Amino acid sequence: MDELVERFLAGDRRALARIISRVESESGEGRECLRQLYPHSGKAHIIGITGGAGAGKSTLTGALAAEYRRRGKTLGIVAVDPSSPFTHGAILGDRIRMQELTLDPGVYMRSMAGRGALGGLAPTIDDVVAVMDAFGFDYVIIETVGAGQDEVEIAGLALTTILVNNPGTGDDIQALKAGIIEIADILVVNKADHPGADVLVSQLQALLSLAPAGARRPPILKTTALKAEGLAELADAIGEHGAYLAQSGELERRRADDARQQVLSIARQILLERIRAATSEEELAELVLRVAARKLDPHSAAEQLAGNVLR
Amino acid sequence: MTAPTSAKIRVLIAKPGLDGHDRGAKVVARALRDGGCEVIYTGIRQTPEMIAEAALQEDVDVVGLSILSGAHLELFPRIVDEMKKRGLTDVLLFCGGIIPEEDTKALEGLGFAAIFRPGTNTQDIVKFVYEHVKK
Repeated sequence: MDELVERFLAGDRRALARIISRVESESGEGRECLRQLYPHSGKAHIIGITGGAGAGKSTLTGALAAEYRRRGKTLGIVAVDPSSPFTHGAILGDRIRMQELTLDPGVYMRSMAGRGALGGLAPTIDDVVAVMDAFGFDYVIIETVGAGQDEVEIAGLALTTILVNNPGTGDDIQALKAGIIEIADILVVNKADHPGADVLVSQLQALLSLAPAGARRPPILKTTALKAEGLAELADAIGEHGAYLAQSGELERRRADDARQQVLSIARQILLERIRAATSEEELAELVLRVAARKLDPHSAAEQLAGNVLR
Repeated sequence: MTAPTSAKIRVLIAKPGLDGHDRGAKVVARALRDGGCEVIYTGIRQTPEMIAEAALQEDVDVVGLSILSGAHLELFPRIVDEMKKRGLTDVLLFCGGIIPEEDTKALEGLGFAAIFRPGTNTQDIVKFVYEHVKK
């Protein structure tokens, strides 16, 4: 077994940090580490925290982590911030809101750049979360990039997805729209000390009352993360959701769905890489030119490329 | 310009000590971002332990320290010490801020590969990082 993996399994945090880097760089050695560690994962409760930019996700993540530490639980935190679409660089600033956790031996926090992935996540986040899970944390919290209306991918990764809302950010029609609100297992109204919090809570309640009979209604909780208010209730609600998942059989179903998505997505990636490797730059350039000139449609062009590796 | 994925240079920009002026640190962070690095910025008033621990958890290739208070010869040895304790001996170190010329030798002795003083062109810092980190 890899020496780094041995140190990881013995609880060495530096080995954890190193393995995450290997996995994040999509290297062969990263994949080998993951292969060895994967059987150790699947025990942590994975929590996703999403919501708009400035909604208080980082502060809420820090405050929730502190609540779990009071309860004697250990945590891994992954916080994603966006990459520049032009230079591909990034400023990762989520640690600023979680300072007091830095020296806590029961918490490991990692910043990740989005690297152009959709859904407010990062390309290798599934693997990074699996590595943290395998390290043996009780909880892994994923904080997404500031998400708007349509970033629903977090629900395929987290067991409990928390959507963070703020008072004063739109009327009830916003909440009526499809998309991100549908994936929330728990709705949080953060900055609840601001005017309009109660109005937002009743708007969300009214919205949820329109859901089909028999469907689970996500609880709506008020928090003021900056003052550490409402966190015990939030941690309790996450626990209740976990129990609901286990009892209803939803847990098994979600795990199977998520595994299916992940396997298909990786297979798609492998095929794309094979096609790229089997296609010369000239062939690609020529096809692209014909599509741009409207002499060939994009579907036929893609069929031709795929034909290079599939028969 | 680098590829969107693949291995990226990860840099921790940290401000030890009690001075609260982080404009310089932010300018450097921004320049490195624009140079294609992934920059972790942890904010002001970091203790030596916090900086070393953040460097470990984030597995950075580079740590850049910004200081204006004059306490560099007090704080930097403690930071290097905390990093050594955690096995972080292969991390590139640089610093910047108000640092008198006569302290250069002492800082080089601690392992700082460069000192950037007021008036530095930020592109020189980006170039320095790319020249010293192999990825």
